[in-house]
Amino acid sequence: MSERLTRDDVVYVAHLARLDLDAAEIDLFTEQLASILDHAADVAALDIADVPPTAHPLPLVNVLRDDEVTPSLDRDEVLAQAPAVQDHRFRVPRILGEAQ
Amino acid sequence: MTALDIAASVRSGERSAVEVVEEHLARIAASESDIHAFNLVMGEQARAAAAAVDARVSAGEEAGPLAGVPVALKDNLCTRGVPTTCSSKILEGWVPPYDATVVTRLIKAGAVPVGKTNLDEFAMGSSTENSAFGPTKNPRDPRRVPGGSSGGSAAAVAAGFAPLAVGSDTGGSIRQPAAFCGVVGVKPTYGAVSRYGLIAFASSLDQIGPFAHTVADAALLLEVMGGHDPADSTSIAEPAASLSASLTEGVNGLRIGIVTELSGRGIAPDVAARLGEAVAVLTAAGAEVDEVSVPAAIHGLPAYYLIAPAECSSNLARYDGVRYGLRVDGPDVEAMNGATREAGFGAEVKRRIMLGTYALSAGYYDAYYGKAQKVRTLIIRDFGAAYAEFDLLLSPTAPTTAFELGAKTADPYSMYLSDVCTIPSNLAGHPAMSVPFGTGDDGLPVGVQVLAPALGEPTMFRAAAVLEGAMNERGAA
Amino acid sequence: MSGAPPGWELVVGLEVHVELGTATKLFCGCPNQFGDEPNTNVCPVCLGLPGSLPVLNRRAVELAMCIGLALHCEVRPSQFHRKNYFYPDMPKDYQVSQYDEPINVDGYLDLADGHRVGIERAHMEEDTGKTTHMGGGGRIHDADFSLVDYNRAGVPLVEIVSRPDIRTVDQARSYVGELRAILLAVEASDAKMEEGSMRVDANVSLNRPGDPWGTRCEIKNLNSVRSLGRAIEFEARRQAEVLEAGGSVAQETRHWNEEDGRTHSMRSKEEAFDYRYFPEPDLVRLDPSAGWIEQVGSALPTLPAERRAALAEACGVSAGDVALVVERDLDSLVAGAVAEGADPRRALTHAEHNLPVESATDLPFGAEGFAALVKMETAGDLTATQAKQVLAEMAVSGGSPAEIAAAKGFEAMGTGELESVVDQIIADHPDEWSRFCDGEDKLQGLFVGAVMKATGGNADGGEVTALLRARRGR
Ligand SMILES: [Mg+2]
Ligand SMILES: [Zn+2]
Repeated sequence: MSERLTRDDVVYVAHLARLDLDAAEIDLFTEQLASILDHAADVAALDIADVPPTAHPLPLVNVLRDDEVTPSLDRDEVLAQAPAVQDHRFRVPRILGEAQ
Repeated sequence: MTALDIAASVRSGERSAVEVVEEHLARIAASESDIHAFNLVMGEQARAAAAAVDARVSAGEEAGPLAGVPVALKDNLCTRGVPTTCSSKILEGWVPPYDATVVTRLIKAGAVPVGKTNLDEFAMGSSTENSAFGPTKNPRDPRRVPGGSSGGSAAAVAAGFAPLAVGSDTGGSIRQPAAFCGVVGVKPTYGAVSRYGLIAFASSLDQIGPFAHTVADAALLLEVMGGHDPADSTSIAEPAASLSASLTEGVNGLRIGIVTELSGRGIAPDVAARLGEAVAVLTAAGAEVDEVSVPAAIHGLPAYYLIAPAECSSNLARYDGVRYGLRVDGPDVEAMNGATREAGFGAEVKRRIMLGTYALSAGYYDAYYGKAQKVRTLIIRDFGAAYAEFDLLLSPTAPTTAFELGAKTADPYSMYLSDVCTIPSNLAGHPAMSVPFGTGDDGLPVGVQVLAPALGEPTMFRAAAVLEGAMNERGAA
Repeated sequence: MSGAPPGWELVVGLEVHVELGTATKLFCGCPNQFGDEPNTNVCPVCLGLPGSLPVLNRRAVELAMCIGLALHCEVRPSQFHRKNYFYPDMPKDYQVSQYDEPINVDGYLDLADGHRVGIERAHMEEDTGKTTHMGGGGRIHDADFSLVDYNRAGVPLVEIVSRPDIRTVDQARSYVGELRAILLAVEASDAKMEEGSMRVDANVSLNRPGDPWGTRCEIKNLNSVRSLGRAIEFEARRQAEVLEAGGSVAQETRHWNEEDGRTHSMRSKEEAFDYRYFPEPDLVRLDPSAGWIEQVGSALPTLPAERRAALAEACGVSAGDVALVVERDLDSLVAGAVAEGADPRRALTHAEHNLPVESATDLPFGAEGFAALVKMETAGDLTATQAKQVLAEMAVSGGSPAEIAAAKGFEAMGTGELESVVDQIIADHPDEWSRFCDGEDKLQGLFVGAVMKATGGNADGGEVTALLRARRGR
């Protein structure tokens, strides 16, 4: 991790995260994130190739439920929370990108 | 009056639950405006819940172990029909259509929820200053922070608004505010309390736990909330451990290790002095106390600040303006998403989403997130080695007493440092609790942290009870 | 049909998403039900409401294992990951999917003609909701706005990824057909492309013989086996034109448009997809025991490829020759008849062409009756046409072929009798006969038809043709 986080990195990440940061925030975060990542440099530099990762503190496996129907929510209650609704569906502005 | 005493008097009919809740609502009305512990005081719902408990009592039904006990809920726990905000503008006005499992269990146990407490937005912070609705003040000194992120819950107990409160702890968010406000706070073993209905910050670290004035009350609340829940895949299969029974067993013969890495460098001298006194108390009670090294603990803080933001960046993606909460319109869906999230999240949440997105993004995963997960393995190994020799570990809960409002808001990393002692337990999934143990030179509370291996809560509570007993004697003397 | 333009080799790999036929969704108890009122089958979990948590459906895991085992995969310990990207049909703005540790790896699927297509993986994931584009032209890019229904969000999917072992359009079609037959056989899915419970994406590239593989394009929006074939052909031609003009193929996703018969670049802003996969912390690992896998495997029915092999062996023909009969579930009927001494070719022909497709599995007669019919035909007691009619009656009423033939007054015509009818017809059509003799072959139909008419259908068409040819040759 020799290269420090750049302003371009912050712009790219802000887009991935769907945050319309303003210019001042981009500048501030470029500085702050770089500084936080400097503290992470010790971790990044550790030579622990042979150590397995721990994604989870519990050693549980195979937690499963039976394939049995449980009650769904009331549609009116669900849609009442939505910013925009039409024809019992959630309305969103037009979509430019593609589904994956 | 303790929760145990309240519940006993309500169950026996000596006091009514309504009377108890009115007394607490009156206290809230008198000083909540100075403290701002709550995002929402649930006055009417609380009165109705209390009346329901009284009806159970007069009908001769079992009213539950928390009969009539007011309890404050951190505002990241879903409550059916009651707004739940995470202290974020992005969820302002959202009304969950369901209760968190712990809320269901509390109500079943006869508890009376009195309000939703303030927190750092989405539980990200250590001072409750990152709330979209303004900071909570420390009841011991309103110029000071209550700690965070469960600052509202800690303050609610400290101010006498409720004898019990529920919080969540991802890197110290129960224990550090408990220490700052002078109350007991417990982070249980990961998986001991269901997370269903807890609005996620970092899923592999989040755990719900109790705040109380006394160790016995904290044990009671944890017993009520804990135990297997089929709605949470990461819930431990066993029923909740029995804690109350072991509280009087003492520490005679227990081996207790002081964690070198969490107790020396960076710890304020007055806090270190209280830790030394705690050691003396435990030794006098028959424990063997010695120093022990947990070398990987020094990597806990940086590893945490890679893992927690990474998980948060994914957990908070759903706040996109489509299904609930805030929407800021835009010409297309991507613009709407970006404008909504920009307007709805505060600075610390954005910072962590950015950090986590970066840590997971192509080309950096191995260096950051992947490495941090390996550090987690090292921390678990090193704790494992320590627990081969010791039953419990000990450290301060936080490096200092409560700091002043605004003291650390400009420098995120200095704020992060206040969780340096608490984070390793979250990374390992182990239980730990903070017990009030005297005051610092500034007269503010100091907390001592007792750490235990996974499912070691019964032993952990024994040591906590001994420390509490010593404090009570001191107070009585 | 190969589909490869002249001078090029076609390389195709297919990714097939299949909705599993469970009662409930992958991580919650909402009904997994197509066609319900919008947003009625939703709960905190599949709506991604704050605080909700997933719990894995055991039946979905078992069906995924069924698919893996039927495709000869190794069933392995697996882990769910989060695939992070924003899209309004995804309630959590991440998809829970399996990434580097899928449940099924390294299998294969044998096509009816014997060609083997490798299976790289068959992993579990959740489906998205359904978006309807409104206003404008009703298509995604020119719509004014979109409406989202989350009934489908969280429905269990298995994504089956083939190796790039497919070389012709026919193989691609046959792969999908065979996969569908397997999914139906193991009852993992209803596999309806038209309802979207089976969705196919194709990775297509071209290379010169001997050269390494070319750059591939992923073709989406293929709603039928027919569009799959057309899209691959179009895409191969398009890539060949680009390459032959000295250009290079851009690696991209292209949308098939059924109306104009072309693939179109999605023109999305070139965001290199950065999905930020990481292990799903709300779920634990899946590590099926050997006993569980064994139990699932032992409940699997005999698969189409094995059934084809068995029937082909019984009939002494190639596996390709019995594909349709197996597909129609008529293999046990044919095999039974052959065991009773029926002529395999004739039995196969009848099963393939002369039985109603819908009722194949509950015919009112068995192998014995079927064998009796075939034997009557072989013995010359019935002509092919008569046998067909008797079989049709058997399919409706059951009954013995001998009785039905008698009731219909069928008796096969002797060759001498038939010869005299043929000669009479020739005499009746002198002009046509001389043109036929001069090589106008299409007139053969006229003569066969006239003989059939004159004999009331009792003549054997093959025999009539042979007699006509013999007379012309004189
Ligand atoms: Mg997929
Ligand atoms: Zn659901």
